Amino acid sequence: MSVSVQRHDFDISAEITDLYAGNTKVGAIASFIGLVRDMNDGLNVTEIELEHYPSMTQKCLESIVQQAEKRWDLNGVRIIHRFGTLKPADQIVLVIASSSHRSDAFEACEFLMDYLKTQAPFWKKESTEVGERWVEARKSDDEAASRWNSS
Amino acid sequence: MNAIDPTKESFKTLKNIKILYFARLRETLGLDQENIILPENVTDTRQLQKYLSNKGDVWENEFSQKKAVRIAVNQEVVMATQILQDGDEVAFFPPVTGG
Repeated sequence: MSVSVQRHDFDISAEITDLYAGNTKVGAIASFIGLVRDMNDGLNVTEIELEHYPSMTQKCLESIVQQAEKRWDLNGVRIIHRFGTLKPADQIVLVIASSSHRSDAFEACEFLMDYLKTQAPFWKKESTEVGERWVEARKSDDEAASRWNSS
Repeated sequence: MNAIDPTKESFKTLKNIKILYFARLRETLGLDQENIILPENVTDTRQLQKYLSNKGDVWENEFSQKKAVRIAVNQEVVMATQILQDGDEVAFFPPVTGG
């Protein structure tokens, strides 16, 4: 397991290569990248500022990974989440899960993103044509995370 | 600290906590962190919220339950009311929006 919270960009291909290097048990790798959109709730977004709670963020993400490792048979997990000033099309977040079989990798990847979105202490502030605004949490994200409770 | 006599009973009950404010709260309150000595009648997170709300104006607006505020004690989100200990780090923030 490896979790990074960083200002600088990342390279998915290098991260995937690192994750399975030397491990011939890996048969499946699922990954997700989140990008900055140029539009949100009807307004053009020119820039976002991502704030976080440094001493909590790392711990929280590691705890989410541990939960995923208990539920699925995983060989490796990599999470990178950026903070600071980002522009449309910039990469925000990377999640990679590797396993012997694809269903574990797919499900774990989705679980990790659902939990990250609703638990990790990050906050986005958007710059739009009518000024700055804090992004509001979405009910659909809570619903996406809660579906894992029942299974 | 010299002014406080550590042999006195009152010293033992003093609780120093660090409070952090993030995102919308940090901006509207104009403060990112502070260290406070808890008043004797403030022993848990619910009472701390009430105490902060009583500071009035923007504080009342953020802490009187009108807005969604999450609480973390020592970097872990607490759902129920939690008793505060000396040295605790308490953070207040809006629902998270990362990813």
